[in-house]
Amino acid sequence: MIPLSWYLVFAAAMFSIGLFGVLSRKNAIAILMGIELMLNAVNVNLIAFWRYRAVTGIAGQAFAIIVFAVAAAEVAVGLSLIISIYRRRKTVVADDIHMLEG
Amino acid sequence: MDLETIIWLIPLPPLLAFFLIILFTNRNRALSHSIAIGAALLSWLGSMVVFFTAIQTEHFSAFVSSIAWLPTGFDSWLYIGVRIDPLSAATIFFVAWTVLMIFIYSVGYNNYGQPNGDHDQKGLPPHGATLSDEHGHQHTVPSIEPMYSRFFAFIGLFAFGMYTLVVSDNLLTLFVGWEIMGLCSYLLIGFWYAKPSARAAMIKAFITTRVGDVFMLLGIAYLYSLTRSLSFVDIFKPETLTLLAETPAVGSFLGLSAAGLIGILLFIGAVGKSAQFPLHVWLPDAMEGPTPVSAMIHAAAMVSAGVYMVIRMFPLMSAGMEHGQLTSAMTVMTIIGTFTAIFAATIAVAQNDIKRVLAYSTISQLGYMIAALGIGAYVAAAFHLFTHAFFKGLLFLSSGSVIHGMEHGVLHTGDHKVDPQDMFNMGGLRKKMPLTFWTFLIGGFALSGFPLITAGFWSKDEILADAFYHEHLVVFITLALAALLTAFYTMRQITLTFLGTARTNEAKHAQETPWTMTLPLVILAIFAISVGWVGIPSDFLGLSMPENWLHEFVGGTLAEHPAVVPFSWIPFLTSVFVAGTGLLLGYLVYRKQVAGAVDPLKKVLGGMYTVLKNKYYFDEIYDRIFVRPAYWLADTFTNQWLDRGLIDGFLHSVARISSSMGGLLRNYFDKPVVNGIGDFFGEGTKWLGRNLKVIQTGRIQQYMLMAIILIFTTMFYLLYRVLQP
Repeated sequence: MIPLSWYLVFAAAMFSIGLFGVLSRKNAIAILMGIELMLNAVNVNLIAFWRYRAVTGIAGQAFAIIVFAVAAAEVAVGLSLIISIYRRRKTVVADDIHMLEG
Repeated sequence: MDLETIIWLIPLPPLLAFFLIILFTNRNRALSHSIAIGAALLSWLGSMVVFFTAIQTEHFSAFVSSIAWLPTGFDSWLYIGVRIDPLSAATIFFVAWTVLMIFIYSVGYNNYGQPNGDHDQKGLPPHGATLSDEHGHQHTVPSIEPMYSRFFAFIGLFAFGMYTLVVSDNLLTLFVGWEIMGLCSYLLIGFWYAKPSARAAMIKAFITTRVGDVFMLLGIAYLYSLTRSLSFVDIFKPETLTLLAETPAVGSFLGLSAAGLIGILLFIGAVGKSAQFPLHVWLPDAMEGPTPVSAMIHAAAMVSAGVYMVIRMFPLMSAGMEHGQLTSAMTVMTIIGTFTAIFAATIAVAQNDIKRVLAYSTISQLGYMIAALGIGAYVAAAFHLFTHAFFKGLLFLSSGSVIHGMEHGVLHTGDHKVDPQDMFNMGGLRKKMPLTFWTFLIGGFALSGFPLITAGFWSKDEILADAFYHEHLVVFITLALAALLTAFYTMRQITLTFLGTARTNEAKHAQETPWTMTLPLVILAIFAISVGWVGIPSDFLGLSMPENWLHEFVGGTLAEHPAVVPFSWIPFLTSVFVAGTGLLLGYLVYRKQVAGAVDPLKKVLGGMYTVLKNKYYFDEIYDRIFVRPAYWLADTFTNQWLDRGLIDGFLHSVARISSSMGGLLRNYFDKPVVNGIGDFFGEGTKWLGRNLKVIQTGRIQQYMLMAIILIFTTMFYLLYRVLQP
């Protein structure tokens, strides 16, 4: 059996890739994709911990499913916001969207 | 329509006329006076129907009708209603006639049919209008009264008040009519309100009568508290009267009985209304009003109402009278009445204004009636009231006609300094104004008591006979003396006005007045003679005459028919003598009066003349005793000291203290502490915001980076804390 640490390393790598994407990409859709990667890295962690530590309970699976659902909802909202911004400003570049500047 | 309904309806037409004129027709003069006279005619018609039905009824006692009006606290109702008994039937007869005549007269008096005046304005008497005829000559003619319609509205309301008072069967509605007349006299005396003297007179009349009215209201309230009713029927029941006469007055006031106190209180009301001493001062000043108003006040309504009320309340006044012993109320009435009769007559002697002489003669004659009632001569008092209403109404309307004729002369000569009311400016008007002269002569002779022919003789003679028979010798002599003076000043008036030659150019150009003014004079003159004949004693001169109709009729008002005074030569000869002497003296003294000469009386009386001329200085005395202290109390004491000094001073110092306390709090607490804290938070937040806004770049990824750095920093710090050995 593959040890737990492998999963954790894999999840950490995936989270870091996601985080790098979020911080470095200029395209808002790419940023959204980075966020998805980070969420799924967390999901891998959740399932791995469930399988190796608390296999009799159901909390881990339930938690993962809730994260999926939240991620899906988030993507829906995020995408629609991006589409809306694109329609108004003809751009999806995150740096150009700085109307909230102080 | 049955008779009771007619009685209910008698007062209403003038009221209706008042509202119609005020609300709708006041721009149309012809319509307004037609409505007013039509209303007076309707009331007159109703009154005549009632009067003639009453005198044709055998053993007539009363027509009554009443309705429940107000629920009272005693599980009972206050009834109001109408009552025509012999007294009110006779009263309504003279009221209806004089009112109708005054209404018709007013049309001519207010110059109906004349052009609008050149400079006339509302609130002033008309000043005349200039017309030019086809030859280009300028004429000044009388101009129409600017407030013509209003005049008819007011006298309509006045008539309503009098009719209400006469037909009332209770003291409450009587008092309502009484007060309506008080209001109307105020409005009409001050009809020419732009004249300061008219304004002063209207206020004087209102305030003076108000003094009496307050006492009368007290009397009514006291009476109601004892009898629980204000209806004459209930009050005059023998058992009620006995009870009232035997109950001591509240707090045994001056040792009076309840009946005595109520009687005196009600009588004070009449003193105000009928201008008896000491509340007589308003009546001469009331001459400021138009002359029909003077006639209305002096004959048809107002002062007659005062005497009428006292006659009406006679059973109460005389309650407890035994063996000819006068009750306290009657004693007061006798003293006041007798004194007023002689007192006003002396003043009248020295007056030059034709209307003022008549005003004082009214006061004097009313004193006669009050004195007659005081000595118990019930029928004689009522009789004198009736005859007086006719001849005094006639005299006032005649004097108005004289003034009108003189004003015509004034307009002709254009000299407006000549007073058209001063008798010394007249003279010789007999030929210029024959109808006015003859009617004035009849009225004047009736007032003087010219023997046998005139009405005034019979009523005055009856009063004197009564006083003599009941051995009130002081009253008898005083009244006879007053009668002498009355005849004297009346003849003085007639001689100065009509006889001799004209003393001024204005009098030369005086002119007879239109028929609307002379017709009422003629009708009233007929009454001024004939109305006396209904009261001729049956044993006059020892002859056997027809029975004294008036005595039988009016006497029937009382529960017990008053006794007839047997004929006696002494009072008869006295009254013939005083009337004759007075008239003769008046003629002899003044027949050769020339223009600019002083009053011959001045030489005879000397300093006394000035005192009389100034009405015993009563106006001045009242001014000192009542008016100035009242002003002092109102202005100096209440206004300046109490209100401005004490109350305002207190309020002002409270305000000043509050204001300085506020200033202190503001400068030393609110500004530094409260505002300081508030400003510190506000400014601090602003400063913080200004300095922190640089990190708000608007770039999401920078925010994210910052968040991650913060999270990692926190995480490592926490890890370090946890892992610390």
